[in-house]
Amino acid sequence: MNLAVKDIKHNVGRFMLTTVGIGLLLMIVMGMSGIYRGLIVEATLLIDHIGADLWVVQSDTRGPFAEISRIPRSMKDRVLAVPGVSRTRSFVSHTIQREHHGHPLRVVVQGLSWPEDKGEWIPLISGRYLSKGHYEMIADKSLGLELGEKLALGKDTYEVVGLTKGMVGSGGDGLGFFTVSDALSIQFDQPGEALRLERAARRERIASADLGRLQPSLVKRAAGLSSSIPALSPQAVNAVLVSVEPGCCPEKVISVLSKWPDISVYTTGQQRQLLLAGMVDKARRQIGLFRILLVIISMIIMALVIYTLTMDKIHDIAMLKLIGARNRVIVGLIMQQSVLTGLLGYLLAYWLGSYAFPKFPRQVIIENQDLLALAVVVLMISVGASLLGVWKAVKVEPNKVLAA
Amino acid sequence: MSDEVMKAPAIAAINLTKVYGSGNTEVIALNDVSLTVGRREIVALLGPSGAGKSTLLTAVGLINPPTSGRIEIGGRAVLEGERALVDLRKFRRENLGFVFQKANLIPFLSAVENVQVAMEINDVRPRQARKRAMDLLEYLGVSDRTGNLPDALSGGQQQRVAVARALANNPMLILADEPTAALDSFRGRQVMELFRKVAHEHDAGVIVVTHDQRSLDVFDRIVEMEDGRLRPHKEAQVAGH
Repeated sequence: MNLAVKDIKHNVGRFMLTTVGIGLLLMIVMGMSGIYRGLIVEATLLIDHIGADLWVVQSDTRGPFAEISRIPRSMKDRVLAVPGVSRTRSFVSHTIQREHHGHPLRVVVQGLSWPEDKGEWIPLISGRYLSKGHYEMIADKSLGLELGEKLALGKDTYEVVGLTKGMVGSGGDGLGFFTVSDALSIQFDQPGEALRLERAARRERIASADLGRLQPSLVKRAAGLSSSIPALSPQAVNAVLVSVEPGCCPEKVISVLSKWPDISVYTTGQQRQLLLAGMVDKARRQIGLFRILLVIISMIIMALVIYTLTMDKIHDIAMLKLIGARNRVIVGLIMQQSVLTGLLGYLLAYWLGSYAFPKFPRQVIIENQDLLALAVVVLMISVGASLLGVWKAVKVEPNKVLAA
Repeated sequence: MSDEVMKAPAIAAINLTKVYGSGNTEVIALNDVSLTVGRREIVALLGPSGAGKSTLLTAVGLINPPTSGRIEIGGRAVLEGERALVDLRKFRRENLGFVFQKANLIPFLSAVENVQVAMEINDVRPRQARKRAMDLLEYLGVSDRTGNLPDALSGGQQQRVAVARALANNPMLILADEPTAALDSFRGRQVMELFRKVAHEHDAGVIVVTHDQRSLDVFDRIVEMEDGRLRPHKEAQVAGH
């Protein structure tokens, strides 16, 4: 006869409530673990998907994610000339926040190095890749944009031609993929008045200088478009992505690039490490510590619950001892209930989580190894928590029955 | 059981002394008490509150060892002072049965399961234990309530189930502490007669602590305790058998 099951059947309501409570607590532990994983995955998503072997950034910076990096657009062509490099792409990334249908819309503007990169590496759920050099975008589903929808950013309007899912930046904001030119236009968009004032200032500066007085045509050109003035550098990009030729050793390319004083070069692994050890490190550690705290709290609560359940039965346990029950019968009664509570609570947590977690605003990623680890922890908590009750039960004197 | 065991008294308590506390707070609960109860003998233990009845019962029940003295059950020495000579819990499981003022049934087990569990913890196979539990409940007249939880049983029925549990492992000695205190006089007498029947039909010695003067004719012998000492009952009535 299984005394634990008999007791549960007799107090099924109390047992269910206890299990639900434990289950909800474990769901939070499970969720916290998923948020921890989600944070890492979101942070490294772009690095893992974009398919670059090396990242060329501004000298002595940890860009383009951990800090700002600016390098000339021409860097793409310079790097392509290095032996062993098969492909280079400009990389532009910045976050914007605009009003859209009365709600704030945060977009990580991601520049694709058109026409080499049309976004073929992006997993689309509908629509197509970019087919034009301007005014098209691929949007993550979390942005809430529909296929074919038009979005005004700066002076231009962009049409959503493709939708992707789960592509977010390290802050959890959805990615919007544009061509590099469009991404820079969005980043450096200035109102007409600001442009006019800048041109006027430029004209005044050159007119008051000897060069302007000697060459009046320069004054006229200074008042024109910035892009038409050769002395002004074009807008900078954040990084250059380098693909190494198949069979070529990336170290060879790195050894060449590392001698250039105006850039720093990182491998994809190093870039990943820069993000995890820098940008998301504190958030990651905070969630990690909170997760540990939750496990400890769960253990204390479970221990208290099991202890209370044991104390409710202490008279019956004394009676069992009086009629000669071995300690293993008593221990079995308490421990089986504890393990059953933990096990059912765990399954409930998993079931509830499978409905709740997908509705969270940021990714909650439950990995099998985390589920397994939590199952082991729950088992250990169940056994550990029951020890307090077992200790009390084993200590109780059979003559407690007479005192009742 | 061997013939020697069968011939030996169910219990022989020899010169038991139990002292609680020490110095100024010392209380002598049992003062050189000796008591022998034979097989098929039912003995009533009377006395006022604080006389030491329950202390004697728990001492011979191997749950509260005496400070000094010796206890033999079925001819086998089991306690020498506070020193256990056998595994007390195992010995209790195999040789003793207990009934109390309250039935103390396990609330989450049915009547039959309450009896069955006493056998299962003594390594009797579940099916065999179930059958014997049913037989015992039938013997004690509660066969119609076997599936009921204790809450659904009357006081008298609960006490019968408790007696069945005490009998489950064919004990040599049954110890009952005011088993009829919670029952009306009719049901109280029924339970006392049940003990007599059990003692005689199951070859067990039975010691019953009681205040119930109306059922004393049921007992083979009556002893009285006062101030931790044992003495014969002044108006002892011995049942004619």
